[in-house]
Amino acid sequence: MTDATLENAPHAFVRKQTLEQEAPPLSVAGPLAWVRNNLFSGPVNSFMTLICVYVVATSLPDLIRFYFIDAVWSGTNRDACLADKVGRPVGACWAYVADRFQYFIYGSYPVSQRWRVNIVFLMFALAVVWMLWDRAPLKKLGAFFFFVVMPLGAYVLLVGGADAEGVLRTVIMITLALAVLYLVLSFVPGIARFWTPAPLLEVERAATPLQRFQNPKRLILLALVVFGLIAVLADTAGLPRADTGLWGGIMVTFLIAAVGIVFSLPLGVLLALGRRSRLPIIQLLSVIFIEFVRGVPLITVLFMANTMLPLFVPQEWSPDRLLRPLIGVALFAAAYMAEVIRGGLQAIPKGQYEGAMSLGLGYWQMMRLIILPQALRIVIPGIVNTFIGLFKDTTLVTVVGIFDFLRTIEATLVDPTWATPTTRATGYAFAAIFYFLCCWGMSRYSVSVEQRLAAGQKR
Amino acid sequence: MSSIPTDAVKPGRASLFYDPKIRGYVYQFVLLAVVAFVIWSAASNAIENLRAQKIASGFGFWHNAAGFDVNQKLIPFSASGSTYGQAFWVGLLNTLLVASIGIVLSTFLGFFVGVARLSSNWVLAKLAMIYVEVIRNLPLLLQLFFWYNAVLKPLPDARNSIALPGSIFLNNRGLILPNPQFGPAFQAVVIAFFVAVVVAFVFYRWSKTQQARTGTQYPNGLITLALILGVPLLVFFLAGSPLSFELPQQGRFNLTGGLQIFPEFVALLIGLTTYTAGFIAEVVRAGILAVSKGQTEAAHALGLRPGPTLKLVVIPQAMRVIIPPLTSNYLNLTKNSSLAVAIGYPDLVQVFTGTVLNQTGQAVEVVAITMAVYLTISLVTSLFMNIYNKRMALVER
Repeated sequence: MTDATLENAPHAFVRKQTLEQEAPPLSVAGPLAWVRNNLFSGPVNSFMTLICVYVVATSLPDLIRFYFIDAVWSGTNRDACLADKVGRPVGACWAYVADRFQYFIYGSYPVSQRWRVNIVFLMFALAVVWMLWDRAPLKKLGAFFFFVVMPLGAYVLLVGGADAEGVLRTVIMITLALAVLYLVLSFVPGIARFWTPAPLLEVERAATPLQRFQNPKRLILLALVVFGLIAVLADTAGLPRADTGLWGGIMVTFLIAAVGIVFSLPLGVLLALGRRSRLPIIQLLSVIFIEFVRGVPLITVLFMANTMLPLFVPQEWSPDRLLRPLIGVALFAAAYMAEVIRGGLQAIPKGQYEGAMSLGLGYWQMMRLIILPQALRIVIPGIVNTFIGLFKDTTLVTVVGIFDFLRTIEATLVDPTWATPTTRATGYAFAAIFYFLCCWGMSRYSVSVEQRLAAGQKR
Repeated sequence: MSSIPTDAVKPGRASLFYDPKIRGYVYQFVLLAVVAFVIWSAASNAIENLRAQKIASGFGFWHNAAGFDVNQKLIPFSASGSTYGQAFWVGLLNTLLVASIGIVLSTFLGFFVGVARLSSNWVLAKLAMIYVEVIRNLPLLLQLFFWYNAVLKPLPDARNSIALPGSIFLNNRGLILPNPQFGPAFQAVVIAFFVAVVVAFVFYRWSKTQQARTGTQYPNGLITLALILGVPLLVFFLAGSPLSFELPQQGRFNLTGGLQIFPEFVALLIGLTTYTAGFIAEVVRAGILAVSKGQTEAAHALGLRPGPTLKLVVIPQAMRVIIPPLTSNYLNLTKNSSLAVAIGYPDLVQVFTGTVLNQTGQAVEVVAITMAVYLTISLVTSLFMNIYNKRMALVER
């Protein structure tokens, strides 16, 4: 029996070699099995599948027909989109969107001045990419651009007129003064001993004047370049005043969102620090503000800003119609930001605080150099999600009479030039696409940051 | 190691300027002074401005005649005989009405969609995902405009109402239902219902303790259902069916009679429900995913079947994660109901902060009252939330 191997088996019916592996049966693998397991695994499941398929099959073709096949893509007035004028069933009237596109973007902003808005859009895009793209260089400079240079530049460009020129002149003066100050400081470092600790002063003293000037140089240079360019523009092209009553469309939507984020983030940081402060009065005031704002709807805050703000200041300071909801939105968003940032502060291990203190850092140094950089980094997804909410909430300014994007759509819908049965469906679809792309893009970004941050913890 | 030379560490008194305690007091005092100054100057400016504009102040307007009418009202209200105070209550009740119905509906829809997203059924999961993504990424106001202006407004007028089965009519003035007329004996049915609920609850507690003690199980679900449905029905028939319906009549030009549900209400309800359901679905999904798979497997290993596993192991743990964000979604729905003002549903903001504010001009009082109402709702809810959280929180050793 020892040599009874496969080769010299005595019987013909015994196989000489192993068989090839057969493909798994259709009921276990392959598309059919997938369908069976995922779509028809039981009576309830099958029923659900049939219902879902029915819903899709009845609605999708109609939607595609309405928005693409039967749609009208060009035309100058309502006649292009009326079924009896065209002589065929008419779906979405994209011609109306194309015709009113400029209005949707700029509102009634003077046509000859719209290049100013475009520059602001560019600045905004630059600032957003600089801040959000994780591999962009010189992040600190980017933050300075986002929170200081861009808002001031945008104000000067969008508003125009004597006020804006005054602001521009002041800003340039301040920048120049700072430049001079730093120049003096870099040659006479001894002056700094009034506010610089002794060891740091030694470092300063050891450096050459150029090295000393290195640090704040970039910020001042950036501010000088941007404001200088704007000043040149103002000088050559002129920046006549564009009344805020004329502003509208996507421009205003972005403006509200940008003001919301630019002011709510620093305010939110302060409120979050205040809420975690050991000083009882500061803590109490922060808690009251945060809980009060979070407890009321944005609409009431907007009503308050719209009707009460003019009462609270002297008559001659009465804020502009557009400024009021901006203040309301900024304060509202700050309370929500504060809670997000507080979450980040709480997530920083105590050792970081203690380590910072043991190095001899003061409260603000500890926060600025150790705690906030870490805390803000881990709450980026939370900040973005709050910002998505803020972006959607910008539509509410409609209620206090501001022409944001949604309001401009509503306004064109009552205009007889494009009054057709399908205009409304088209306008809403256009608005939906715009808001969806913005919000969905931001939420994708937030997810990707989350994944990047979690990369260290993944097993 | 044993002793530190005492002259090496000079404790030396820091100057008062660097004393953290003193600094803390100074900071707080400065902040308090700034806040007090801001409030004081705002108040004095407001008094000045109100005097210049000849606007009365104080809450005297509460009893003044309103002089406007509201289409949907849960309490009697008329343009001629009602006051601003009554207008406030009409608006508040309308807010609470749409919020409470919306909360119930969005919970059901949200749980369904949330579970559907985790379903093994590919089509269902994908549809649920599309629903959640679309709903959550569009502004609520746009959705309300869509439901109100694009869906409900283009419905045919009253003359050409769409007749649905059961004498229900749908037209651009809303949904017309048969109007229930409650006889006086109907009170007995209501009382019977509440009694049945109490009895069912007591029975449930009793059967649970019984089961814990002896292991005997009772068909709790069936008995509860029989009690809550059966007893009121029995009383209803014993009392001689004290309920009749006033059917809407399709006239030549108009519909008469029936219970009219206004399109503003329907649009707001649909909008709020579908919007909040999208958020609740994500909360539910996260809650279920938060229960680790080991829990399910352990339950199976103990011999529990899928039904009891879900009921006794997964859901109780998921609820601990779900309830806090769920409540904040309920609060959001209540606050979002203030968007009613954009489509003209007479809620608190539309009636009170809109019409009453415009008529009286007393912005400070009206806005303060409105905010106080929402703040009260929020604070009361979070109070209950905290109590619940304390009870449900994991007891750690």
